[in-house]
Amino acid sequence: MRTLRLPVLALGLALLAGGAHAVQPDEVLSDPRMESRARDISSGLRCLVCQNQSIDDSDAPLARDLRLIVRERLKAGDDDTQVRDYVVGRYGEYVLLRPVLALHTLLLWLTPILVLGLGAFGIWRLARRRAVAATPERLTALEEAEIAALTKRE
Amino acid sequence: MLIEVGHFALALALALSLVQIVIPIWAARSGDAAMRAVATPAALGAFGCILFSFAALTYAHATSDFSVQNVVENSHTTKPFLYKISGVWGNHEGSMLLWVLILALFGALVAVAKESVPAVLRANTLAVQGLVTFVFVLFIITTSNPFNRVNPAPLEGNDLNPLLQDFGLAVHPPLLYVGYVGFSITFAFAIAALIDGRIDAVWARAVRPWTLTAWSFLTLGIAMGSYWAYYELGWGGWWFWDPVENASLMPWLAGTALLHSTVVMEKRDALKVWTVLLAILTFSLSLLGTFIVRSGVLTSVHTFATDPTRGVFILAILILFVGGSLALFAWRAPMLRQGGLFAPISREGALVMNNLFLAAGCATVFVGTLYPLLLEMLTGEKISVGPPFFNYTFVPIAIPLLLIVPFGQTLAWKRGDVHAASQRLFAALGLALVVGLAAMALTWGGPVMAPIGIGLGAYLVLGSIMEIVSRARGYGNSRSSKPADVMRRAIGLPRSAWGTALAHAGVGIVVLGIAAQGWATEGLSVVKPGQSLASGPYSATLDRVGPRPGENYEETAAFLTIRTLNGDKVGTLETGKRFYPSRKMTVTESGLLTVGASQVYASIGEVMADGSIGLRLYYKPLVLLIWLGAVVMALGGAVSITDRRMRVGAPAKAKARPLPPTAVPAE
Repeated sequence: MRTLRLPVLALGLALLAGGAHAVQPDEVLSDPRMESRARDISSGLRCLVCQNQSIDDSDAPLARDLRLIVRERLKAGDDDTQVRDYVVGRYGEYVLLRPVLALHTLLLWLTPILVLGLGAFGIWRLARRRAVAATPERLTALEEAEIAALTKRE
Repeated sequence: MLIEVGHFALALALALSLVQIVIPIWAARSGDAAMRAVATPAALGAFGCILFSFAALTYAHATSDFSVQNVVENSHTTKPFLYKISGVWGNHEGSMLLWVLILALFGALVAVAKESVPAVLRANTLAVQGLVTFVFVLFIITTSNPFNRVNPAPLEGNDLNPLLQDFGLAVHPPLLYVGYVGFSITFAFAIAALIDGRIDAVWARAVRPWTLTAWSFLTLGIAMGSYWAYYELGWGGWWFWDPVENASLMPWLAGTALLHSTVVMEKRDALKVWTVLLAILTFSLSLLGTFIVRSGVLTSVHTFATDPTRGVFILAILILFVGGSLALFAWRAPMLRQGGLFAPISREGALVMNNLFLAAGCATVFVGTLYPLLLEMLTGEKISVGPPFFNYTFVPIAIPLLLIVPFGQTLAWKRGDVHAASQRLFAALGLALVVGLAAMALTWGGPVMAPIGIGLGAYLVLGSIMEIVSRARGYGNSRSSKPADVMRRAIGLPRSAWGTALAHAGVGIVVLGIAAQGWATEGLSVVKPGQSLASGPYSATLDRVGPRPGENYEETAAFLTIRTLNGDKVGTLETGKRFYPSRKMTVTESGLLTVGASQVYASIGEVMADGSIGLRLYYKPLVLLIWLGAVVMALGGAVSITDRRMRVGAPAKAKARPLPPTAVPAE
């Protein structure tokens, strides 16, 4: 059975794991809306014994246990956040594939905005500096006088 | 014996690459032309030696020579011949040998290419390329030697991982490596320019074909890997934001930015310092990718060996090249003179925006990939950064980038006119809006993002078409709408214009394919022979479950008939579970039925005692567009390489080059 994770594409040769069937037919909830919520939640939870795989994609027994827990909590009437909190409470923050926004992940979440912002600011500064540098300086009074003198002589 | 000669040839290549480093640098200082010329035979010799050594290893694999450790570990007598060949690079040692083979090939190509590259620049470039080759050959010889023997030789090998026994292995790594390693040339050119302290449009023109080649191959390599993942993994995903995927995406993003900034440098003599930095960063990211995959620092199945000495060696290489080149950059870049001015609203301005967004996207992927590792090292806290993070952060950066693409190619150089550009794009914008709204109306109640994506994709494709059409019509007095004139002029447009339009249309096609996945459906059920399972507009009937013959595995397959919901037969497909006795591993093979650009995708689950099976059936609308679009992008790159100015090369005296008249949309 496939217990490895699979993605592809790498510098090194890709190993793809062969086929999968993470969610088993017997796990599926009868209420399609609740099932689709379960799928949504599971695709955001990490399979802890796999490599970079969500419990929704994994064949590992632990992933199956987690999928069943998610569905049980949903059946018990939890909302999506409560289900996630429940799983995090048991397995820690590591289980979330989308990290929370907190002090220790601030830099992670801010990177896109910081790079865009700083980059845009840098470009603006550079463009302005160069535009200023490109504007010819005004003539000094002395030069003006010289020109006046030259044109007069003409 | 051949193996020992192959090993020796590798050692000889090490020595030759050392010659390739030392002599040209020395000659560039002393101005000795004869000594400088030594770089060419040295580069050719190093390539020849590595080619021989690669051929020797391939021969050992092809003939199943089990006295070679590498063959024992990765081959088996019953393995099909194609996989005996692709198995050469289906392991750490062999894949590194392929890596240096391509590296040396590029070095040899630079050595023989008839370009009007100034002799000193060329000599320095070859020396830098020699240094890269030297370090990596040293890495192979000291830590990853594929030529080790075993005594006594076993009768049978351990076989290649069944997951790798696929046509994908034959194509994906070579394509990807040409891409990765191709950027070593741009890197070598950048370092050479820094050593020389001079950089101009001639440099940009000399670098451009190499960048285009590397970029086109990297695009194909990533697309091929994505398709391979899609059909092998069994749940139809095509991108997983896995660290090793990100490792190939980062150089692609940086390389795309580089491709665009060299255009500005070539045409307008601007963005020099930034272009040099990008060239350094792109190859550094390729090296980082090698480090991520080879060191096992972000463990994943891609890591064949988690051998710490290798990791440390590659880390040292990374520090040498990244640190060294950035230090050189910091020291020498201020000496590079800045060139041409341009208004914010101009083609240059749009290309600067392109670079800003690509850099932000690349930084996001970079931080997202390495953040968990750094956080754990610094604080011990463990977090995961997975697909939901990247979808939240990367997509909002990609969308504005895509929106400016058609504007960028329409705006004039130096000073553009947004109003005129919008007018020219009016038809594309209007049509795309209609397409998006139609998609929304037809699928009312479905996903919201999908029709928006369809509109965006249509806008990119139509924008490219409009660009070609409006340029073929001409501007101002020479404007003509006669079909004969338009056709004649369209054919006469520079190839680079066609290349740009094709590549951008390719991006649009990819976006269409991705967007359409919003409407993908999935069906999951236990079915007995005779029963059906529906997904989207199709249903699959299980005809029978039975064995399917295979060369080196035993397979149980499900045979399915696909029908539309009205009951019309569309075709058949098979999906199976393969058991490889040599490794005692089971692999699932998905079954695909292509209908136009859409696919019906089935994969078999558990086979029960009563003959019923777990079956997954997906309907993937327009999914092939994702990879076809990538092929169109690469094609655009290839067409661009054939542009006249690449063949002709830059005149030697070109310094402050005027705009080449062929490539300027006259306002």
